[in-house]
Amino acid sequence: MLHLLLFLIFGAICVAGAVNLLVQRHPIQSALSLIVVMAALAGEYLLLGAEFVAAVQVIVYAGAIMVLFVFVIMLLNAAEEEHTAGSRVAMILGVPGVTVLGLLVAWMVVQHSNSPSVSPAALYADPTTHGAPATIGTLLFSEFLLPFEITSVLILIAIMGAVVLAQKPQHGKEEK
Amino acid sequence: MIPLSYYLVLSAILFACGVTGFLIKRNIITIFMSIELMLNGVNLSFVAFAAQWHALSGQVFVFFVMVVAAAEAAVGLAIIISVYRTRETLNVDRVNLLKL
Amino acid sequence: MNPNFNLWVIPVLALTGAAINGLFGRRFPKQVVAAVGLLFTGAAFLWAARVALAVFSGSVLLPHTELLASWIRSGSFHADFAFYLDQLSMVMLLVVTGVGFLIHVYSVGYMWEEGGFYRYFSYLNLFMFFMLTLVLANNYLLMFIGWEGVGLASYLLIGFFFLRDSAAAAGKKAFITNRIGDFGFLIALFLLIQKFGSLDFTTVAEGVGKLPTEAGFGLLTAVGIFLMVGACGKSAQIPLYVWLPDAMEGPTPVSALIHAATMVTAGVYMVARSHVIFDKAPLALAVVAIIGTLTAFFAATIGITQTDIKRVLAYSTVSQLGYMFMACGAAAYAAGVFHLMTHAFFKGLLFLGSGSVIHALSGEQDMRNMGGLRKKIPWTFAVMTAGTVAIAGIPPFAGFWSKDEILWQVYSHGPKILWALGLLTAFITSFYMFRLWFMTFFGEYRGKLESGDHGHGDAHGHGHGHGGIHESPMIMIVPLVILALLSIGGGFIKAPEFLAPVFATGSVHVEAGHGEGAAKVEGAVTEAPESKSTEYWLMGFSVGAGGLGLLLAYLLYHRRPELPGRIADGISGLYRTVASKYYVDEIYNWMLIAPLIDVSRRWLWRGVDQGGIDTVVNDGAIGAREVGEIARHMQSGNLRSYAGWLAAGAAVVVAYMVWLGVR
Repeated sequence: MLHLLLFLIFGAICVAGAVNLLVQRHPIQSALSLIVVMAALAGEYLLLGAEFVAAVQVIVYAGAIMVLFVFVIMLLNAAEEEHTAGSRVAMILGVPGVTVLGLLVAWMVVQHSNSPSVSPAALYADPTTHGAPATIGTLLFSEFLLPFEITSVLILIAIMGAVVLAQKPQHGKEEK
Repeated sequence: MIPLSYYLVLSAILFACGVTGFLIKRNIITIFMSIELMLNGVNLSFVAFAAQWHALSGQVFVFFVMVVAAAEAAVGLAIIISVYRTRETLNVDRVNLLKL
Repeated sequence: MNPNFNLWVIPVLALTGAAINGLFGRRFPKQVVAAVGLLFTGAAFLWAARVALAVFSGSVLLPHTELLASWIRSGSFHADFAFYLDQLSMVMLLVVTGVGFLIHVYSVGYMWEEGGFYRYFSYLNLFMFFMLTLVLANNYLLMFIGWEGVGLASYLLIGFFFLRDSAAAAGKKAFITNRIGDFGFLIALFLLIQKFGSLDFTTVAEGVGKLPTEAGFGLLTAVGIFLMVGACGKSAQIPLYVWLPDAMEGPTPVSALIHAATMVTAGVYMVARSHVIFDKAPLALAVVAIIGTLTAFFAATIGITQTDIKRVLAYSTVSQLGYMFMACGAAAYAAGVFHLMTHAFFKGLLFLGSGSVIHALSGEQDMRNMGGLRKKIPWTFAVMTAGTVAIAGIPPFAGFWSKDEILWQVYSHGPKILWALGLLTAFITSFYMFRLWFMTFFGEYRGKLESGDHGHGDAHGHGHGHGGIHESPMIMIVPLVILALLSIGGGFIKAPEFLAPVFATGSVHVEAGHGEGAAKVEGAVTEAPESKSTEYWLMGFSVGAGGLGLLLAYLLYHRRPELPGRIADGISGLYRTVASKYYVDEIYNWMLIAPLIDVSRRWLWRGVDQGGIDTVVNDGAIGAREVGEIARHMQSGNLRSYAGWLAAGAAVVVAYMVWLGVR
């Protein structure tokens, strides 16, 4: 019972944050809403027995990625959105489309779910669902070793790419 | 006792919000953040299924998704900085040089 | 057994020369080009001479066939790359290679100053290749390849100065008129295949031998008439002769080789080769004889009025070819081929000599601007005299023997009216040839060149600038002299007897040991003893006709040169008709060419091509462009519209999968 309540609270915060992201005009406010969403999602993960993922979510996602976003917003002096002519396609096709998408998925899930109800207690007790750091770590370095290494390379490439793309123009191109 | 389908519905709602944000926002950075929102929604459904099927590989996959999202965010923001430097604007409607 | 002469080498030598000059000649200096051209033609002549020596020594059993490679084996129809040597092809071979070689030598001198030297020799060698293939072939199909090929070479050489519109047009006219004849030839070939299942000369001859002589119109008559149509095209007889005078646009040695000595005689050769068919189809023979005689007379009358020295010779060629067909039409094929040989000598000589005159005058071709040249270019004058006397049929020069033989055969075996027309034509021939002789070499020089002046002729570009009227170089004179000697003495070659075994209606084989000379073959054309006196009378008539022509020309063009003008004014209507070649070109134009061009322009070009095909293609392209215009709007450069499309597409896919899952 308590867990269902917790789920609903965290879920409400998630949805509220997401909707706020859509509604706000200034990007910094959208960024802060997103941080709220991520924090709430960490709570959800905890309810599902994924404690390592929850921790990583807060540390990496909310703590690093979103900080990066905030840095960039402040660096670029992003202002409130101005109103420009949008795209008719996006309005006419896109938004209804995605609404339909979302509703469909939701309906599908509700219709056909003979999914079990889980209680967090059971999830934490069962080693196959308890995402403890040790377990995750063992998996990462045994079954998922190759993707793990490849993602390291990916991060390296991303760093290099980011450095190159974001560097100031060289001396020769100073005059514009 | 929480039916797992609730988690999936929440995931779908988050994903739909992310796509909508992608479509209706004009600031590039906000659009980017909507993408992150989509990724988060998907992460939630991964974890939900990992719980349903007793397969921890779902959570490992979430880990990887986060890594990739980090890399993507870094490079994407660098691109946005680059675009801002050349086009002096963060409005995505103004970045339309590829128009035929 | 006969030795293997490798006859295929003879045409292939010429082809090699053509290929070398054609592919690499542009980079060679002129001396190398000339050397290559002469080398391969000379080699072909020597090979042919070697074969000839073997044949004349009597050690070869003729006819002799050599198979090079099998070509077409389609069901029961065979045609091979095989070569056939008998007395007829022997004579043709020697004439083509010998006269061809002499003309090659002459061309080196004549064409030295012209552009495209390598191209000229390449084409000339190519012509030799095709002509030799035609002459040596053992079946009609290989002969047809040579037939078509010489037409092609003729087109290339007539249009050699292709930057001149008139030359290009003349080339086209020659080729197209030839094609009409070739159409007839092909129909004859189809009929032969249908009846005999083969195109080999020997097989066809055997098949024809089993058929009876046709009284009226039958299959063999049809074949004969269609073959004659082909011959009319190639050998410039009525009604397809119109290309030959225009072919004079080509260089003069080309006119000598192709349009006098060899290509135009291909029709005569073909008719002689097909004599078995014609012997069984008297109606077709009559057609041949009538066409030949009419052409001979008709062309001779036009020749009287022409003022361009080459045109006179062109019409003369048409006329002499008519003589050859007249002979074939009287079943005197050997006489026709004999005249072919002597004609190659003296007509080749006359053309080359006129080329020498033109060269001396730096490009002048109009006889009204000539005169009194005999002191200035004595060698040319001497050889031209030999040629003129030969063609006029004055003994003992070559032309007399062959022409008289024809007239005698026609008198004995044909309607006398043909003989009378032939005699009249001999008179006219002598007249216009001596007219040419007097106008060119005697009297006062009427042209504009001075000795020591720089003459620049017409578009030939013959002005070398070494000063006015000059004799030709030795390289041109020597072939002229050789041809002159042949024109004088060629009549003594006993060609008709040599050729008789080919045309005998009985057995066609000559036993080894007989060689040339009298062959006792049954069915050979013999002469009854008591008609010997008739023969001498007729000989007298022929010589008389020639002499009369000389006399008339002397009177009108030497003694009283103002007379021809007055006579022409007197009969001005008739004169203008004849001088305009009886308006035949204009009639053809009005009847055939203009309507054809009109239909082409209005129906085929505007209607079908522009209206139909272009419209379909253009509309397809326009359609593609329209679709592109519409699809282009998707590429708006607007990020959000792309996102919109993405989202919509994703929604559709997911909906579809849901629907699939629900079903």
